[in-house]
Amino acid sequence: MNDTDKPAPLRSRPTFRELTTFGVVSLALLVSLAIAPAKNYFSDWRHYQKAYVKLAGERQSGNLVRNFHGGIRQIWIPKLGVVDRCESCHVNQIGALVGVSVQPFRKHPPVPHDLDRFGCVMCHRGQGAATSVEEAHYATEAWEQPLLPARYLNASCGQCHLGDLPGTPRLNEGRHLLSAMGCLHCHTVTQPDANVLKPTDDPPPLIHIAEKTSREWIYAWIKNPQAYAGSATMPNFQLSDQDAADISAFLIDQSTPSLAVKNIALSSAPAQTQPVDPTAAATLYGSSFCSSCHAVQNAAGNLVGGDFGPELTRVGSKVKVEWLHRWLKDPGQFEPGTRMSHYRFDDKQIDLLSGFLLAKKDEDLLSNVHLSQADAASIARGKKLVTEDGCAACHQINGVAPPQNFAPDLSRVGSRALSQIVFLPGMKHNLPDYITAKIRDPRSFGPALKMPKFNLSDEQTTALTTALLAQTDRAAGLPHELLQPAERRSDYHPGGDAGRLMEDLRCLSCHSINGNGGDMAPDLTREGSAVQRAWLEEFMSNPNTLRPALIRRMPKFNLSRAEIKTVSDYILSAYQAPGFDSQTLDAHQLGPDAAARGKQQFYSKYGCNSCHIADFKNDKGYIGPALAGVGNRLTPVWIYEWLKDPSSLRPGTLMPNPNVKDDEARDLTAFLMTLRAKPNGGKK
Amino acid sequence: MRRPLLLTFWVLLLAGCARNSAPKLLSPTAYGVQIVEVSGGKQIAAAGSVLPQPVVVQVNGADGNPVTGALVRFRGEGIAFNPSQGLSDSSGQVTTAVQVGFAAGDYQITAETPKQAGGVISINLRQTSLGYEATLGKAVNDKYCIRCHDPESTPERVSNFDNLSPAPHQFSDGATYNLMKDSDLLNIISHGGVALGKSPQMPAFGKTLKPAEIKAVVSYVRAVADPPYQPSGVKYAK
Repeated sequence: MNDTDKPAPLRSRPTFRELTTFGVVSLALLVSLAIAPAKNYFSDWRHYQKAYVKLAGERQSGNLVRNFHGGIRQIWIPKLGVVDRCESCHVNQIGALVGVSVQPFRKHPPVPHDLDRFGCVMCHRGQGAATSVEEAHYATEAWEQPLLPARYLNASCGQCHLGDLPGTPRLNEGRHLLSAMGCLHCHTVTQPDANVLKPTDDPPPLIHIAEKTSREWIYAWIKNPQAYAGSATMPNFQLSDQDAADISAFLIDQSTPSLAVKNIALSSAPAQTQPVDPTAAATLYGSSFCSSCHAVQNAAGNLVGGDFGPELTRVGSKVKVEWLHRWLKDPGQFEPGTRMSHYRFDDKQIDLLSGFLLAKKDEDLLSNVHLSQADAASIARGKKLVTEDGCAACHQINGVAPPQNFAPDLSRVGSRALSQIVFLPGMKHNLPDYITAKIRDPRSFGPALKMPKFNLSDEQTTALTTALLAQTDRAAGLPHELLQPAERRSDYHPGGDAGRLMEDLRCLSCHSINGNGGDMAPDLTREGSAVQRAWLEEFMSNPNTLRPALIRRMPKFNLSRAEIKTVSDYILSAYQAPGFDSQTLDAHQLGPDAAARGKQQFYSKYGCNSCHIADFKNDKGYIGPALAGVGNRLTPVWIYEWLKDPSSLRPGTLMPNPNVKDDEARDLTAFLMTLRAKPNGGKK
Repeated sequence: MRRPLLLTFWVLLLAGCARNSAPKLLSPTAYGVQIVEVSGGKQIAAAGSVLPQPVVVQVNGADGNPVTGALVRFRGEGIAFNPSQGLSDSSGQVTTAVQVGFAAGDYQITAETPKQAGGVISINLRQTSLGYEATLGKAVNDKYCIRCHDPESTPERVSNFDNLSPAPHQFSDGATYNLMKDSDLLNIISHGGVALGKSPQMPAFGKTLKPAEIKAVVSYVRAVADPPYQPSGVKYAK
């Protein structure tokens, strides 16, 4: 054994170096241990809570200060996947401290939902569980969902409310545009209740297009649809001259003769420029109420008329005269699916109208279009372009099948991860700005992109973005009992002979019946209980207006006696209101005494004359229909039931429920049944 | 050798700083003595939205004629302008698109132009932003109320205002409505004009509208009142 074998002492005196290391490590440990409490102590929410208590104290809200419990406040709703700590800073959501206008202490403005049931992020997005201002409101590296800017807030309502809501005009407009601008022909949008949104626009089939228009017009139109009609919804595909020439060549080439050519013989070869009496033509155009559906630009540049059919400002530069004659004769022969009514015009009227329409010409439109003869190569290239550009997604084209899955599915676009998006240089990295930019100018994201440029105002773009932002992952995962599905349209169609006639007249283009049809004219579901036969027949042969203030009116279809009888019979028997009991009203209850009392109520108690005209000499209100001839028009039991609850008979009617008692309703009915003057003051 | 490097460094540094500095003011080529509103005041938009019409102001000189090349700056708390400043055009006008803020309520925007002698002259315009409740109220208004309470007609909707006697009050008529309590307005809408001894021509909507909708209409009337509605009760400064 020597010294070296001696075991080293278990504890040796630490060197200075070891001591220093130990000290530094301990200090580091202490500091790191202190980080958490310090971060907590200096946290944003603690800062704001202190400020709130101070503010409450300054305003002598002693109770508020005493009852204030600090700490993280959390709303936890497992069913919705909501963990929100927003109220840790936004401590005054219910407005206990009155009159604070600074954030984060401002009271939440009134909304129909309870904060505790829905939380905050359901509507505002952002990161609910975060406890710092930065992480909660803005996009950070680990969190891509910043707060939703206020102008898109309607989008959040759209997660559960899948149909129109009165308080969310922007969302409603956006959803309407999705359907009306044709987005849904290419993109699929499935709502959380599995309802697939459907397009409501009506792109014309192009299978007989050569009959209707020229290759030059097609060329000019596809180059720039808005140059022909400012209100056109067809987007601009930014085609080159060559592309447009080839596509127009193909479209003319694929066109086949329509049934109209076969079935409608023209009496004489119509001349392209036929001088017509402009006054008589304009009168016919007016009395046929073409402008209820078609708009024309007036001298001041304003569009006058409806947007249900195409704009007619330059229609004379578009259509061929033979086609127009056949179209006015019977539109369904050329296009079976058209929404245009079959007017029973005679040849003289057709000459007048077609002369009137063909005079609406813009000589400049086609003056610079000079196309070389279409050859096979050009046609083949046109077909290739038509297929690639997806024209058949909207239009029916011979030899080109509608493309499937042509554009991205947008059902979850409101939750798209920012990391998957290629932003343009200089663009703000957030989803709403990306969607807006994409809608505004799709090709700016790459010239090879197929999406065309739509003609939308800034407000319309914002609305569309709002509707798209409603399509979130969160919405798709919501419990089903929370969803408020959109009102579904039925597929009702009237049947039998009358049904065929009503289809021919396209009644459902304007009127709704049993949940199917348009909203331009009154719902006819219960019309059979409402009107008297004599009036109905007279009205269909010569529709005078009931509401003088309306510009959209029922056109005169020039129906024959037999046709009128068929339709009247059907309306009076099939469209009855359930539960109407004509025994409610005895004849003696509608006597002169009752009528006198009713008159008193009409003018004095209920002020009906503010909206209705009972007497053309004295009354002036014209919001509701004129009632001067109502005794000849409506049935007593309808008037009685209507007065008791108008919106139950015609949902959405403007007439407020006047809340009349039974006997008052009887008196008013008695009075109204005495009004038998011809409408429009025909008989004084 | 090092000089260009150093220079590059400074240029880059300055370029980096420039990003965060305040937007540079345009230099005016002329000065006016008066600034007036041409159009765009008293508009209504949903919270966070761009106003439907741009705001246009005009700078006039001492002779009362428009001044070209005068600087106009726009500012307003919580408001975004595009552009936020501009030189007046040949008719003395500057146009800007205005986006109101997140919170519903009244916004004041100020347009100012520098005076030649220093200082500025300015005008204030009021804009209103509607929150959820007032937006719902506007929807109800646009369907029912507007037909009698608004004298303006549109092609789709002819006004009934002139047919009524006594004439209805326009909703912007703050001088009338601000004197009425919320409960008064709720009663008139629910039970008709007769409920408060007013014209029976105002129908009762209590059986037609939901209570929330009636409340929303009151909220809308308050939002568009001119002069602005000040709710009674305790008031505090910020």
